[in-house]
Amino acid sequence: MKDAVNKDTIVKSKIKIVNLEKEFEGHFVSRGINLEIPEGQMTIIIGRSGEGKSVLLKQIIGLIQPTSGSIIIDGIDITELTGKKLDECFKKFGYVFQFAALLDSLNVYENIGITLIEQGYRHEEILSIVKEKLSLVQLSEDTLYKYPSELSGGMRKRVGLARTLVTNPEIILYDEPTTGLDPITSRVIHELMFDMQKQLKITSIIISHDVETFKYADKVALLNDGKIQYFGDAKTIWESDNPYIYQFIRGLTEGPITKEITYFKDKA
Amino acid sequence: MIIQCIDFIGASAINICTSIGEFTLFFFYALKTLFTSKLKISKTFAQMNRIGVESFSIIVLTGLFTGMVLALQTYIGFQRVGGEQFIGAIVALGIIRELGPVLTALMVTGRAGSAITAEIGTMIITEQIDALKTLRINIFQYLVVPRIVASTVIMPFLTLFSMIFGIIGGYIVCVYVLELSPEDYESSIRNYVEIADINGGLKKAAVFGLILSWVGAYKGIYTSGGARGVGIATTQSVVASSILILITNYFLTKLLEHM
Repeated sequence: MKDAVNKDTIVKSKIKIVNLEKEFEGHFVSRGINLEIPEGQMTIIIGRSGEGKSVLLKQIIGLIQPTSGSIIIDGIDITELTGKKLDECFKKFGYVFQFAALLDSLNVYENIGITLIEQGYRHEEILSIVKEKLSLVQLSEDTLYKYPSELSGGMRKRVGLARTLVTNPEIILYDEPTTGLDPITSRVIHELMFDMQKQLKITSIIISHDVETFKYADKVALLNDGKIQYFGDAKTIWESDNPYIYQFIRGLTEGPITKEITYFKDKA
Repeated sequence: MIIQCIDFIGASAINICTSIGEFTLFFFYALKTLFTSKLKISKTFAQMNRIGVESFSIIVLTGLFTGMVLALQTYIGFQRVGGEQFIGAIVALGIIRELGPVLTALMVTGRAGSAITAEIGTMIITEQIDALKTLRINIFQYLVVPRIVASTVIMPFLTLFSMIFGIIGGYIVCVYVLELSPEDYESSIRNYVEIADINGGLKKAAVFGLILSWVGAYKGIYTSGGARGVGIATTQSVVASSILILITNYFLTKLLEHM
């Protein structure tokens, strides 16, 4: 098994996670995660449902407090920060939710421009920024005054991405961005994420079960049993002999990833 | 068996203390936000519209029929002792001091308090609150404080309308159903109802407005467990608000007696 913390990496690490643990009511979801996310690259985190991938992302962005361990962003351990310093650090982040999490009482313009509206920007300034972000995610201006309930799943995810881009983040975390989308829309979203990352030099972390995402990614990390069991280049993932990754990407029932499968066998 | 029993009592006591602590801290955090950050005026007015203006028709109906029933019931008793000329004062005092504020608060709790919990709770389970947090938007400033301020400010106005329509309801019954003298009804109100009675009723209304929005927002923010969780939180919000309003009403009445 490769060490998830790549000490000799040439690309600078943007995020370094050290011995991260998270406990919920006596059950450890994260059991000592060590991971380095390279700057300006796209890293995918894969793993079975319920393995704590979203919990890991939410710990990185501060929505969930880790039980122990460190999350180091640009050399600063954010688990030791509080108040305004922590807020400043989190300004580097954007988060794209699995189901977009658009505010359903606001239209697309208000959803994308919400941070600017709250900061008291003038309507003309907000409109110009919102239109710019809308075109970045390849949505027409016709959608500007539509409500989330009037949009398709793919459009909602694009609006969610545009909302994230308004704050000009250095790091974007994507929580299963293509879940529930048809293959064509999934591809559009993948290409959009890839373009964003290349154009804006954004460090991206993506949680995905979609094997298609590997084509666009630089690195892949496999989370199993609360730990990173594999970390390596996405381009060579199909040649990897790591038993976890071998089993996972081929969808094999036999292998080291057994927890849930054993359960079903027992039930059967 | 005994150990299990002690364990259960201990766990329940810890849960209750935790909830009370969270509930109190929630209020102090809202208060702190109110005084340390800018109030969202447009959101506050929007909430006043939702909590107050949209509740107007049910408050009018509640006030009107409560006044009518109160007049009928009072008449039955007062007729026996020959005190029909005091019905106006009894209806007005009952409505102004107790029934107006309490019934308005209970109606608004059912209509708007539950809506506050359901709306915030749905935002929690659909990750909309998490989205706001990731955008570094203070959810207390954005969601909680405008609702609490709106509810506290608008409730005295709603209650005032409830009082007015309650007295009108009493008048309709006395004059057109019981065929009593309209002058007796009006003069007994003028003679026995004081401004302090109205002030007291409106103060109670403001406190009830605070309670129903505080409980509504608290239950919404602490919602968990999907659609079922939203349903449970909404029910708990209405029950807890109603009980708190009734209990607070007693202590406020005692307190206002001495003011």
